[in-house]
Amino acid sequence: MALDLEKMTIASARAALAGGEISARELTEAYLTKAKAVNDNLHCYLELFADCLDQADEMDRSGVARSDKPLAGIPLAVKDNILIKGRQASAGSRMLANYQAPYEATVITKLKEAGAIFVGRTNMDEFAMGSSTETSAFGPTRNPHDQSRVPGGSSGGSAAAVAAGAALAALGSDTGGSIRQPAGFCGVVGLKPTYGAVSRYGLMAMASSLDQIGPISQTVLDAEVIFRTMVGRDDLDSTTADYPSPAKKTGRTIGIPEGFLAAGLDPAVNDNFRQTVKDLTAAGCDIREIELPHIKYALASYYIIMPAEVSSNLARFDGVKYGLKVDGDNLLADYLKTRQAGFGTEVRRRILLGTYVLSAGYYDAYYAKAAGVRGLIRRDYEEAFASGIDAVLTPTAPTPAFPLGEKTADPLQMYLEDIFTVPANLAGLPAMAVPSGKTEAGLPLSVQFIAPHFREDTLFDLGRLVEDITANQEKK
Amino acid sequence: MISKEDIKQLAALARMELPDDEAVKLGGDLENILAYVSELEKVAVPDDLDLSTAPRTNVWREDGAPHPAGRYSADLLKAAPATENNFIKVKKILTNGS
Repeated sequence: MALDLEKMTIASARAALAGGEISARELTEAYLTKAKAVNDNLHCYLELFADCLDQADEMDRSGVARSDKPLAGIPLAVKDNILIKGRQASAGSRMLANYQAPYEATVITKLKEAGAIFVGRTNMDEFAMGSSTETSAFGPTRNPHDQSRVPGGSSGGSAAAVAAGAALAALGSDTGGSIRQPAGFCGVVGLKPTYGAVSRYGLMAMASSLDQIGPISQTVLDAEVIFRTMVGRDDLDSTTADYPSPAKKTGRTIGIPEGFLAAGLDPAVNDNFRQTVKDLTAAGCDIREIELPHIKYALASYYIIMPAEVSSNLARFDGVKYGLKVDGDNLLADYLKTRQAGFGTEVRRRILLGTYVLSAGYYDAYYAKAAGVRGLIRRDYEEAFASGIDAVLTPTAPTPAFPLGEKTADPLQMYLEDIFTVPANLAGLPAMAVPSGKTEAGLPLSVQFIAPHFREDTLFDLGRLVEDITANQEKK
Repeated sequence: MISKEDIKQLAALARMELPDDEAVKLGGDLENILAYVSELEKVAVPDDLDLSTAPRTNVWREDGAPHPAGRYSADLLKAAPATENNFIKVKKILTNGS
């Protein structure tokens, strides 16, 4: 049968597999074929795993494909910074161009147990540092909706693969928006779970107080299925928690931080956002204007805390234990040459910035201050939620997908892309990007919901509502 | 003002051999970024503010049987750029008389 891969969802694929209408082999082969066909232009995959067809065959033979496992026979793509034992994992960096994962990330173990098949590893900004996938050492990914434009980043390869029908869903990682912003640019769903909800064991650390792994998918329901498979405490990641069952039902009181949205929104983003708010009101949501007095400082706080953690985490790349080694005259020269040659410009920029803000004379002025502001931001959200708000709504990004090269010369312009996404990371809150329409030129637009800790259920409920609204508008 | 020498010093601390032209370029970038983040000066942070980013619970693990010695050594050594006799090999850091 002919498969419409751009419309297929995990739910529809599972139904077809369980009913025996298609085999896991046919499904996986269809995605591999599609991935090969689009990859020359999009460059969303760094590598396709041809041997995944053997896994699909085995699932057909053993009957797993027809079982009730939530992801049985489902072809997924994985961001290149999440380890699959025995596979290469480069984090989009020359430093790890030939690195083979010696162990398995917990999320991969869990997804495999649920029956998922991994079709390839996706392109990303180097070590997840970027908002356009242009800092990848292996060349940029392009947006399937307009190939002259970026897919967003850093999980741009994953978002582009899902949007192009080259994977049924994908994993990304999100430190300051790296799942949600590319999902927004590519017109798919992206979820950053609550800090501590999903194990990071086997994720290459960028900024450990901010990083989370999450799904990128066609629908909110698909994101929910993957999230529920990955969630929970892991002895191998001591920052994980037992996922609590919600104390109360989900509500639909939505807060909008108007003061924060006032400046710098692209007109198309603004119009779409206003329309979405109107439609949510019509659908019965209680919309309230709220104040989050400190989120205007979130980006500044983030661009101190994140590089500080980056400079510490990336100290491990020394040419000794694994990864690239460039030979010098002595051990120190080995370090200097290896790290200069292995890291790209953006990574070096952030390491230097982190080294600066942590240095003795500046620590209080920068790092300690940023940590304090982070506390104020967290308190702002707590107070908003305590006042009866179930979720905060903003656009996902201030602009639609921008042309390749437009922001590469000015790092600050690139950083501003993260303005709406970083607050959730700083506060450890769950947040989800949901497609909300398109520009006249056909570029995807997206809104973001932010919920209290461990209230992903609220995100799924409101996300489905926006999905319905968007589907109705496309019919008009 | 961040001088080229300051940047070279930071790079040395971060163990990167930055060429002069890149030091100048990154120095300019850093100045712009620091100018942007300096807006935090305007914010007063109360002394008693709770700075934890997640509910704080101490995570304990029982002392249990460790994995057998050497169980992961071969896999890990395989990833190292230089090895010798089951060790990771590095250049010597002490020299005679200096």
